[in-house]
Amino acid sequence: MAGQDRPELVAAPDETALEAAFQARVDAETRIEPRDWMPEKYRRFMIRQISQHAHSEYVGMLPEGNWITRAPTLRRKAALLAKIQDEAGHAAYLYSAAETLGTTRDQTLEDLHSGKAKYSSIFNYPVLTWADIGTIGWLVDGAAIVNQVALCRTSYGPYARAMVRICKEESFHQRQGFEIMTTLAHGAPEQKEMAQDALNRWWWPALMMFGPHDADSPNSEIAFKWKVKRQSNDELRQRFVDMTIPQADFLGLSVPDPDLTWNETTGHYDFGPIDWDEFWRVVKGDGLCNRDRLDARRSAHEDGAWVREAAMAHAEKKRAAKQNVA
Amino acid sequence: MNAPAADRDAALFRYLLRLGDTSHVLCHRLGEWCGHGPIMEEDIALTNVALDLIGQARLFYQYAGEVEGKGRSEDELAFLRPERDFNNLLLVEQPNGDYARTMARQFLFDAWNLLLFRGLEQSTDPRIAEIAAKAVKEITYHRRHSAGWVIRMGDGTEESRRRIVAAFEQLMGFTAEFFHMDDIDRQMADAGIGPDLSALRDPWMADVEAVLAEATLGWPTATWSVLGGRHEGRHTEHLGYMLAEMQSMQRQYPGLNW
Ligand SMILES: [Fe+2]
Ligand SMILES: [Fe+2]
Repeated sequence: MAGQDRPELVAAPDETALEAAFQARVDAETRIEPRDWMPEKYRRFMIRQISQHAHSEYVGMLPEGNWITRAPTLRRKAALLAKIQDEAGHAAYLYSAAETLGTTRDQTLEDLHSGKAKYSSIFNYPVLTWADIGTIGWLVDGAAIVNQVALCRTSYGPYARAMVRICKEESFHQRQGFEIMTTLAHGAPEQKEMAQDALNRWWWPALMMFGPHDADSPNSEIAFKWKVKRQSNDELRQRFVDMTIPQADFLGLSVPDPDLTWNETTGHYDFGPIDWDEFWRVVKGDGLCNRDRLDARRSAHEDGAWVREAAMAHAEKKRAAKQNVA
Repeated sequence: MNAPAADRDAALFRYLLRLGDTSHVLCHRLGEWCGHGPIMEEDIALTNVALDLIGQARLFYQYAGEVEGKGRSEDELAFLRPERDFNNLLLVEQPNGDYARTMARQFLFDAWNLLLFRGLEQSTDPRIAEIAAKAVKEITYHRRHSAGWVIRMGDGTEESRRRIVAAFEQLMGFTAEFFHMDDIDRQMADAGIGPDLSALRDPWMADVEAVLAEATLGWPTATWSVLGGRHEGRHTEHLGYMLAEMQSMQRQYPGLNW
């Protein structure tokens, strides 16, 4: 090939043209599909985002899983089991979406276990009472929906389609959580107290789920350019606050924010400053449950290795036997 | 109510509790795996089984409450009865152990449970027949899933074989309870409400033997066997811890709505 001695001269113009064509497709709102050419940076960006999302679903099973064995009624136990099963389904679905970009589930899991890949830091907080299960459904699934509805129009096709499917289940989780909160808020004094305590502990971490202010979020600019993202973290956070405060009012619970006020002029709620130091401390390891979550994921994986090996060895024997017959 | 009818209802009530307790206790054990399974797909599959079991448990408890006629709800029956009043099979309260132990427990149970529910499907009690008709489809899937793992583990690697063999040795002695009948069981069988449990032994053994053969395994060598849970509420020590956890909310906050 002529280009072989000076590849950069041949590759460079090609790459530029391809990138321009890629950006034009994005700008024209054409979904990017796995077989389409895409810039290596975009591919890596999407792998990072989708697998981080998948890890969040997977790790997110653990805090709620703690309460399966203590659910107060059979109906709640069944609903909680079903919810956590949905989260496993979301994880499986998202790991597959990541695989369309040329990575493997094994690789992405290895990155989770080594601590290289992140998951949503909300799951580093402990789930202490039954009211936390209600609050997680109401606020954490609620915040996830706001994020994920926005992602239903993201530029990468398989991710966008995964979001459409997942959003339906998340809104079911959110309603279920809100229903638990309604029961508690209208229940005995100790139940109402439990509900308020849970809201006090989860409110600010839920607001942090939308990520830092866009000015402090290094990837925001490129994410907008590629239409991975269409709304800023702050816009989504505001939408969540506007949506949630009337629900808290309905429950007769109050969010732990003395600065919260309705702003007639903007038509939005104003809220107080977020403690970003706490956010970063928890992300970097100072949450109550960071180690427990990662240990649980690692040991499930390590303890399950012989099971996966057995399944592969058996499938291999079956295949060989079939070949011998044929 | 005349004496024979009252006696029949008391027996039916107890019979339904045995069914409900067994399903709920096994559901609880499977729930302990949630998020800790060897692969995501198994988390999903085990949760499916757990969901079917809790669905069955609820229907049996609800019916039991009605038969008893004292206004006890499904939750009062599940969460406010003491250990000695629980009548689940000893097998299903055994701890999860490794995945081999869990799958061996599940397969031994599923193979029997499928036969039991096929019998209940023919029940002269229409309510039980209806519950069983739906459950048979679910349990058919459970049995296929657990049998599949027994085969994979038996005919997999050295390690998986060693583990599944050990699991069957540790659990087989609990299966005597499957076929052991007391007066209540006989009364239910005579009334055509439930099957003759002793008649389930041969088809169960045939099924288990066939799956073990496909797994390249022989019948376990352990000769011990125990009874006590299903008839007398005489359990292994594991159930007490489970109930302490399972019932903690209802015990801590009596009489509240959740
Ligand atoms: Fe989810
Ligand atoms: Fe969810």
